[in-house]
Amino acid sequence: MSEPLVQVEGLTRRFDISKPWLNRVIERESRQFLTANADVGFSINRGETFALVGESGSGKSTIAKMIVGLLAPSAGSIRFDGQEMDFASGADMRALRRRFQMIFQDPFASLNPRWRVRDIVAEPIVTFGLLKGAEITREVDRLLEVVGLSAADAAKFPHEFSGGQRQRIAIARALSSKPEFIVCDEPTSALDVSVQAQILNLMRDLQDEFGLTYLLISHDLSVVRHMATRIGVLYLGRLVEVADAKRLFTEPQHPYTRMLLDAVPDLALSGRRRKPVLGEIPNPIDPPSGCAFHPRCPLAADICKRETPAPRPTPTGQAACHFAGQNSEVA
Amino acid sequence: MSTVTQDPLLSVRDLVVEFPTRRGTLRALDQVSFDIAPGEVLGMVGESGAGKSITGSAIIGLIEPPGRIAGGEIRLRGERIDNLPYEQMRRIRGRRIGMVFQDPLTSLNPLYTVAQQLIQTIRTHMDVSESEARARAVALLDRVGIPAAARRIDDYPHHFSGGMRQRVVIALALAAEPELVIADEPTTALDVSVQAQIIDVLKEICAERGASVMLITHDLGVIAETADRVAVLYAGRVAEIGPVRDVIQHARHPYTRGLMGAIPTLEQDSDRLVQIPGAMPRLNAIPQGCAFNPRCEHVFDRCYKERPVLQRAAPKHQVACWLTEEGGA
Repeated sequence: MSEPLVQVEGLTRRFDISKPWLNRVIERESRQFLTANADVGFSINRGETFALVGESGSGKSTIAKMIVGLLAPSAGSIRFDGQEMDFASGADMRALRRRFQMIFQDPFASLNPRWRVRDIVAEPIVTFGLLKGAEITREVDRLLEVVGLSAADAAKFPHEFSGGQRQRIAIARALSSKPEFIVCDEPTSALDVSVQAQILNLMRDLQDEFGLTYLLISHDLSVVRHMATRIGVLYLGRLVEVADAKRLFTEPQHPYTRMLLDAVPDLALSGRRRKPVLGEIPNPIDPPSGCAFHPRCPLAADICKRETPAPRPTPTGQAACHFAGQNSEVA
Repeated sequence: MSTVTQDPLLSVRDLVVEFPTRRGTLRALDQVSFDIAPGEVLGMVGESGAGKSITGSAIIGLIEPPGRIAGGEIRLRGERIDNLPYEQMRRIRGRRIGMVFQDPLTSLNPLYTVAQQLIQTIRTHMDVSESEARARAVALLDRVGIPAAARRIDDYPHHFSGGMRQRVVIALALAAEPELVIADEPTTALDVSVQAQIIDVLKEICAERGASVMLITHDLGVIAETADRVAVLYAGRVAEIGPVRDVIQHARHPYTRGLMGAIPTLEQDSDRLVQIPGAMPRLNAIPQGCAFNPRCEHVFDRCYKERPVLQRAAPKHQVACWLTEEGGA
């Protein structure tokens, strides 16, 4: 259980958002970069669900894209089952590729509207050459039943399905290459709550049945708490805290995590007053110096403006805060 | 019918909204009734397609043709507003009923400064001078929590962040001091940390001015901490309506109960979420009798034959379910 399946180290991604060369020369401006992720490191154990949470612009989806190879990292490494991922190389990478898949947020955009469901689900099987002829049809029928649709749905087109059913098709497609690891980028945020519950339950059942490992990306803390084994909290592209899922909610170590938890609406009417958060997430083109959270942090001291904190161990995992671990009682 | 003691500010009775299509007429709202008392916050929840936004659009008279109000009535302070001519309705919109929409970027005009938009709104509805309108606009922006309002008022919408833009939209909705504010998913496009700020501003400022709010959202968490009463819509019909605490803690309708169980919370510990099988019916295939019958676990004969009417389950708490009468729920 404890051997890491995916290891990410020092993952960094910068986007060049400079104006064109001529404009730069005329306006005497230098190149401009947006750092979407800086020095992100975590590992995901076999069979667990590792979740990444954060607000919009915190770099969640960029990490997902780099892990599945849709985007090349600017620096850092990703290892899958001990093997370095190098998306430029051919045959080795192809063998590795079969072992991980992705489920996207919007099931209205992630399925080709001109393809029948049969072809959509079979695409990974055909691409990797896993099965031939009638076996493919049989496998597609089986997969559709696994995700709660019927074999008869294989002949239909995506527009004939509701959002929740489309997400089931996307899941069937992800399962078809028999992967070990699935990256789920906001799999339920386009869905209604009653449908969300169906999809989350399905994802859990499949995890138990096939021993899947998930990387779950979400902005919804309650979804994350329900699904995850461990959680990483992102702020402006940096991992500020990693902790055991249940303990993150009872013993948040980083002040940003604490702030996020306070902002969640209270459905149980327990009388817990939600504290409105101060300020907003800064512009990632020009992030604050030192710890990026210092302008909004109640604990901020001089050192926070000067030095970027490195992750340090805490009782629940790790936190990138100068004060983490020392006095977790401050709140 | 209603147990609200004061005369309601807004009263909606048996509202029917239909959309004629080539394949027959679709009923988006089917006999929806509710009241909003002065100063009250009524939450309206439901899944996509339940008819939440259509209810809002019907009240402000902005249903896109060929859609039309096919029955029922809407009264604002006792006076019918569902059959007013366009010009008269236009004077009510903005003046007596303010609106806040989901996406602050599309509800503000990108080509005008915030000052121009606010001043124009104020002067359209109130007889004040340019400078007086500007002073009011600055005060409003300051009230909704925009720092350095006097300076920022001359900025364009794109200069503001998402949360700040939504504050501007709230200021705009309240500019003419309306009696009712219809807020359609005001926080859906925002991050949780900003969501709480916006809800607080909206709630405080409406309480301060005695404006009623109709808060349309799919997020029961937002309703739980904001609304006084809540109406649960399903397939264009009111399934349950009552005080927030009653509906959330003692939901009577099987749909509401399923909905509550389906939401993962920060407090409970369970491996599986309650799931309601299936999905909401399409408007062209709403079942006979109770619209929820194909998904309901307590379904019995009567549910297939007769459509349940809203019945009193507790004081001020009404449920459209035959089980309520049987005493089963």
